[in-house]
Amino acid sequence: MNEFADAAVLASKLVLHADATLLEIVRRSLEVSLAAVGCASVLGLSAGALLAVTRFPGRKLCIILTNALMGLPPVVVGLLVYLSLSRTGPFGGWGLLFTPTAMVIAQIVLITPIICALSRQTLEDLWLEYAEQLRSLRVTAFGSLRTLLWEARYSLLTAILAGFGRAIAEVGAVLIVGGNIAHVTRVMTTTIALETSRGDLALALALGFILITIAMLVNGTTFVLRELADCDAR
Amino acid sequence: MLVSALPIPFRNSCPILPLTCVEVDYQIGTTVLLEALSFTLSAGGPTVILGPNGAGKTLALKLCHGLINPTRGTLRWSDAAHDMPGRQAMVFQRPVMLRRSVAANIEYGLAVHKVPAPQRAERVKTMLELTGLVALAGRSARVLSSGEQQRLALARAWAMQPEVLFLDEPTANLDPAATSAVEELIIAIAATGTKVVLSTHDLQQARRFAAQILFLHRGRLLESSAADDFFKQPRSAAATAFLRGELWW
Repeated sequence: MNEFADAAVLASKLVLHADATLLEIVRRSLEVSLAAVGCASVLGLSAGALLAVTRFPGRKLCIILTNALMGLPPVVVGLLVYLSLSRTGPFGGWGLLFTPTAMVIAQIVLITPIICALSRQTLEDLWLEYAEQLRSLRVTAFGSLRTLLWEARYSLLTAILAGFGRAIAEVGAVLIVGGNIAHVTRVMTTTIALETSRGDLALALALGFILITIAMLVNGTTFVLRELADCDAR
Repeated sequence: MLVSALPIPFRNSCPILPLTCVEVDYQIGTTVLLEALSFTLSAGGPTVILGPNGAGKTLALKLCHGLINPTRGTLRWSDAAHDMPGRQAMVFQRPVMLRRSVAANIEYGLAVHKVPAPQRAERVKTMLELTGLVALAGRSARVLSSGEQQRLALARAWAMQPEVLFLDEPTANLDPAATSAVEELIIAIAATGTKVVLSTHDLQQARRFAAQILFLHRGRLLESSAADDFFKQPRSAAATAFLRGELWW
């Protein structure tokens, strides 16, 4: 108990004094996850919008697949990306394994299905409501898509935040493809795992505080966005 | 007065009317919903598509507006460019409001119509005044009452100054006061030279508006005549019964 209290005090000091190591890890975490969310948003929203408004053979299968992929286990994603990027893998020549880029790729694979599935549902409901009116106004296909994305902005931001929450908090995938190398690929979650097993609880706890704060911020923002979306939809 | 303040509508040298429908069928699967519709919509006073519920009035409007395609038969507009944005518009029974302000809803149609931005603002302002929505301009469109939403839908359509405006039972869900406000607007729109094509099951409303009546019953066009002739002397038994207020299914 005493040890825990000591660690907590030390952790608070690390946070309050903006410890350099701590900041570096937090910054890398945010960089990796934000980059992944950026790419996954472009991919996921485009795919979600296409699935929502187009009709083609195999569409249902795509939707089922996307929904199923939402629950991808991070370690499996890590393993698959590891195999693809390792020397003998198909993309081994790029030399990306154990770099932040590899971590970004793994997180993209992990969260694109989440953003795609959530945005598909939102956009499809909206399309049902708007399709006739937009056709009546002779809005082009591209214009309709733009209108849909704008009209659903709050719900789509919620979907993106769900992706971000998943990316920033996962440990399995980034640990495998990043290798948890100090000053290169060490992020909050991998550091917590490592420092806990090494017994350096202060740094692990300090990072834990920050991670929890970020998670709460994300959830709070999601709540506010939902309220805004409800206001808009009424 | 305000109506005269409207800019002179942009009109192509070739008007899109008349619209000629020849032997138009519409069916879903094996169910025939509209059968052998033949009629002409010409410029002039409002045309009212009259008939009981389920007669196919909404489908007929959607066919004319190009939202659905006929299974058989042809629809021919006078101008091949009839599908350009803004040349024809439709207001639905349940208006679809975009999730933005009242003013932005009107502006949206104008933006699609590629009206330059400075003119857009001017036209939005005029429309808000004409439809009595000035006080609500900044309000979210989706919190308006049904009557206000219907007026906004009319404003959005009218702002584009279409040559033909299709109205699908525009007052079906409204109370008498809101109905009268919407009807006044429709009269004002018709007065600016827009051809109004309105569907209704309300006889009194048909009497108030119609220059021409298309009487639909069970998916068939039983009468197409001048309103005066129709109300004085309907030719079909179904129309006679409908005018007497007897339900015909």
